[in-house]
Amino acid sequence: MKTLLQRIYLWIDERVELQGLVEYMGKKYVPVHRHSIWYYFGGVSLFLFIIQVVTGILLLLYYKSGEELAFESINFIMSKVQFGWLIRSIHSWTANLFILSAMIHMFSVYFEKAYRKPREITWVTGMFMFFLALGFGFSGYLLPWNELAFFATKVGTDIAGVVPIIGRPLMIFLRGGDEVTGATLSRFFGFHVAVLPGLFTVFLSIHLLLVQRQGMSEPLDIKKETEQKTMPFFPNFILRDLTLWLLVLNLLAILAVFFPWELGKKAEAFASAPAGIKPEWYFLYMFQTLKYIPGKLWFLDGEILGVLLFGIAGFLWTMVPFWDRKSSRGEQNRFVNYIGLFIVIYIIIFTIIGWLA
Amino acid sequence: MNQIPEIPENKSKRDFLQWVLAGGVTAFLGAVLYPIFAYLNPPKQAEVEVSSVKAGKLSEMEKESGKIIKFGTKPVILIRTANDELRAFSATCTHLDCTVQFRKDFGMIWCACHNGKYDLNGRNISGPPPRPLDEFRVVIQGDEILISKKT
Ligand code: FES
Repeated sequence: MKTLLQRIYLWIDERVELQGLVEYMGKKYVPVHRHSIWYYFGGVSLFLFIIQVVTGILLLLYYKSGEELAFESINFIMSKVQFGWLIRSIHSWTANLFILSAMIHMFSVYFEKAYRKPREITWVTGMFMFFLALGFGFSGYLLPWNELAFFATKVGTDIAGVVPIIGRPLMIFLRGGDEVTGATLSRFFGFHVAVLPGLFTVFLSIHLLLVQRQGMSEPLDIKKETEQKTMPFFPNFILRDLTLWLLVLNLLAILAVFFPWELGKKAEAFASAPAGIKPEWYFLYMFQTLKYIPGKLWFLDGEILGVLLFGIAGFLWTMVPFWDRKSSRGEQNRFVNYIGLFIVIYIIIFTIIGWLA
Repeated sequence: MNQIPEIPENKSKRDFLQWVLAGGVTAFLGAVLYPIFAYLNPPKQAEVEVSSVKAGKLSEMEKESGKIIKFGTKPVILIRTANDELRAFSATCTHLDCTVQFRKDFGMIWCACHNGKYDLNGRNISGPPPRPLDEFRVVIQGDEILISKKT
């Protein structure tokens, strides 16, 4: 007698040849070495993204966009809806942990040079997702329509406006007009719940497909060692992944319960900006840099220069698999390490300065 | 045996077809994309040109205080100085668009966003603001304060 589960499996297998996939998964191995720990951050990021989708959909059931409704509806979620405070707090916390975990994932891939041939596409799709994540953060920040978010959005979109030629149309496009108003809120809401998730899903699918198809990259220096230890992807690696996910979920619960996310004061278009306007921490190092660039430099505006520099840096960073030829040939490239190290230190120092300021 | 007849290369004809195809595709894309881009561009709201607004009663405003007045869609800051002068400036910081405020303790106009400072003539004196604040005209009619654009 076959169990019901086996019968279902056979029924599907007969039609879509599941067997091949299962065999493929069974033959997949994850290299084990002293840098193995870094393999887990991609999975953690994926888990956090899934949490964002679930809690985001839940919030969507009560959230109302609009100048007169947004703040009130979040207030309603947090005070009237059962466990509303928890869902919102988790959504806000996860957003931050997601960016953090994605950053760790990105830097570990960078330092291991896992982006090298043949994994260029995986890296580039990952970078696209990272930029989208920043977009998620920026657009989501405004949705509660509170004072801090209102002015942070004013400043953020104004910075976008300094880019030569495309800046002004871009700012108008983002704001839905000349000023940050209810129109901006509607647009950001649309980006946050429809445009960005749609794009993200496309890149995520490619990214995951490639990881499955090509397997995990091995660091260059470890490749030389003759003795190669591995671990089966299924079930060993998956089970470890799941354990870690459980830990992360616990961490989230603790953060959300003991450090609930504040809602702040409702935004008012005709009030002075309050003290303490700061962007989210992951924009802070850029923001802080802008403060140090003098207002006028030669013939360029300080802001323009800063925005251009960050734009170029982001572009070069995304393109690293294409200019770092050495790693693709299997040679060590220290230069890449130094750049990476410089950037990590830069980000940490400027984030701290910005935070203390 | 039948011989396959040689097809004479007709370069000009092929070029012509390629042009037609490329042009057609471009026109098609244009016809699809143009309305979308036009749609994304928010329409100009017919703004009611405001030339002057009432800013409250003089007797209700303390010396050394400031307040934000709604001037059409833009904020304007009205200040009553220590030596009893009334001044009004655009309240939009010339740096990155935040709304400024009057700080009694500094005797200055202050922008909280990046610690920009203006003196009571609206001149940018410290911090990132690149330009002074635009000045508005203040007129007193009886007890009523009126603010209008400088021409
Ligand atoms: S926006 Fe006023 S100082 Fe930057």
